[in-house]
Amino acid sequence: MTVLPYPVAGWIFLIGVYGLVTSRNLIHAVGCLAVTQSSTYVLLLAVGYRDGGTAPVFADAPTDSRVVDPVVQALALTDIVVGATVTALLLALVVQLRKRHGTVDPDALSELKG
Amino acid sequence: MDTARLLPLVVAVPLLGAAVLVATGRRLPRLVSDIVGCAFAAATAALALLVLFRAGHPGPGTYPVEWVGGWRRVGIVLVGDPLGAGLAALVSLLVVTVLVYSWRYFEEPPRRHTGSFPALILVFQAGMCGFALTGDLFNAFVFFELMGVVAYALTGFRVEEPKPLQGALAFGVVNSLGGYATLLGITLLYARTGELGFAQIGRRLDADGPDGLVLAAFVLVTTGLLVKAAAVPFHFWLPDAHAVAPTPVCMLLSGVMVELGVYGVARVYWTVFSGPGGLSHPDVTRALLVLGVLTTLLGAAMCWRQRHLKRLLAFSTVAHTGLFLIGVAVLTPEGISGTALYVLGHAGVKAALFACVGVLLDRYATVDEHELFARARELPEVGVLFAVGGLALSGLPPFASGLGKAAAEEAAGHTAGWLPALYVLVSAVTGGAVLRAGLRIFAGVGRRPGKEEGGPETTGEEEPETGGRLGRIPVPLLAVPAALLAASLALGVIPAVASAVGRAGALFTDTGGYRRTVLDGHAAAAPAHLPPHWQLTGILLGLLSAALAIALATLAVRRPVHTGAAALFAPVRRLQSGHIGDYVAWLVAGAALLTVLTVPGIR
Repeated sequence: MTVLPYPVAGWIFLIGVYGLVTSRNLIHAVGCLAVTQSSTYVLLLAVGYRDGGTAPVFADAPTDSRVVDPVVQALALTDIVVGATVTALLLALVVQLRKRHGTVDPDALSELKG
Repeated sequence: MDTARLLPLVVAVPLLGAAVLVATGRRLPRLVSDIVGCAFAAATAALALLVLFRAGHPGPGTYPVEWVGGWRRVGIVLVGDPLGAGLAALVSLLVVTVLVYSWRYFEEPPRRHTGSFPALILVFQAGMCGFALTGDLFNAFVFFELMGVVAYALTGFRVEEPKPLQGALAFGVVNSLGGYATLLGITLLYARTGELGFAQIGRRLDADGPDGLVLAAFVLVTTGLLVKAAAVPFHFWLPDAHAVAPTPVCMLLSGVMVELGVYGVARVYWTVFSGPGGLSHPDVTRALLVLGVLTTLLGAAMCWRQRHLKRLLAFSTVAHTGLFLIGVAVLTPEGISGTALYVLGHAGVKAALFACVGVLLDRYATVDEHELFARARELPEVGVLFAVGGLALSGLPPFASGLGKAAAEEAAGHTAGWLPALYVLVSAVTGGAVLRAGLRIFAGVGRRPGKEEGGPETTGEEEPETGGRLGRIPVPLLAVPAALLAASLALGVIPAVASAVGRAGALFTDTGGYRRTVLDGHAAAAPAHLPPHWQLTGILLGLLSAALAIALATLAVRRPVHTGAAALFAPVRRLQSGHIGDYVAWLVAGAALLTVLTVPGIR
């Protein structure tokens, strides 16, 4: 197992943050938020990886076979559920904002400041 | 029944209530769905109080720990230590008052949606109670996200208007990003220790020495929690969300949700990182103290400069969160117990103030201090409640906010002699800002404020949240703030509360005791501690900050601000740009600052 997945996870997080900071479109911004979240999937799966391990399903494998860590996979699944909820809710807010405000450009939203 | 068996119910009952409301809400009339919502919230409050009374009785004895389903290795563990159980009880009681307050509040929703508001509030309650009771880092993240997602939805509840949508989006993006940073940190801790429970991770970390990985994990986990706690520079979402959220939601956001972020930081530090394998006390004190001082000063300055009443109260919450962070940063049982009492008192007072602002909004369709000038003379009862709230916010004895402030500033004074002065100053400025608004709105004192030059500002033109403008004020809208202020007063006067909070603080900071209780089932006796109590210096400093608040308010209404002072604040106000990209950039800068402050932690 190489160390490559760890810098990759960091890179994905930072590229998503960069996208959020420079975003000119709220739908794009919500997408960038989903990108930052995918860094957590990469990190979780990298942490649970075992060299030569197989999927942690013992239905068709002997119980002493070498498997990857099932805990992080459960965590990643929970994480995906959380991410889907957040993304769906934020996209719904953006759609509604487009209807009421007529724009999805964050620079055009200037009612709250100071 | 075994107390530990009650712990899962504190989380499950509100979720069940929400499910019932979602399933039947389409057919129920408004009144019935409100009653169902209140009943489930009140049942949860009763359960949380029962756990608190059984866990909080003085003398040696273990506090309840429940491994849901009996899975001890990576199972779901709930811990009812007195501080966590106390927070769950506070959350539940506040949820009940909020549901009573919103009884007559929202305009008649479309017929098939009557259950949606109480259902969302109940899910919010479940998330917050779960966060307060969990003994597991990953579950803490899940509850953190659960309360986050519901809070975004509640903030943008009035989807017909553009402002709430904008506030909810900033809230959602910044908080979710913080949550993902926390999850990265949790993953690093799992990679190091192979554990997810607070107690287990802490024990494994202490087996090895601290290193860069532990530091990175601490920074990442704390970043997410500090975003929730609205510490500077992670705070930008809070005023935008609070200014636009429906008033009952503001009461919950400001009253307990933000404070749960501070609780999370303290809980994670004391259970996971406080041992020899974690971070040293001086490093953490330095990091949290710097952030706390920045937060409280910026919050107080911005609070003073607001004319939008909800934003004013929101910035006052930022200022007080800074004080709470300072109380946690001194890392003593007295600091924790003083802060816990301060949080209790503040929750009642701040929720009461928001409730008063809600009455103004529904009667006059504005929450702008200048537009409301002298218009609310016809509402003397609300004016009295508002003024009492302002005084209690400034730390006037014998309110619980006053006793908590006195105890926290006493504890902070042992770390740095100038910290009590900061407590007095910030309480006076935030209380003074509320009193100033009260004098103008309810008494019409001073001159009508004119247009000020001084950078960007948000005015307070809003849509009322009831069907039309209110004529007569319904009883719940007055009874709720009165009850909240009375509760805040009672908590400060009853000595049993202070001694119970003192014991809770001592148990909270007893890392070894927590780990033995959770993992080995040993009884934890509270170590020696000094419960918060009224002392002459505390009373005098409380009276001083209340007097200062009155003086500031009187000065402000008599002599409107000079343009010089306004120009001084303009650059600070410009930072609050309302732009999501800016807020995200500040979040990253804040994480970097936190790293720099804790980096000597690698020994």
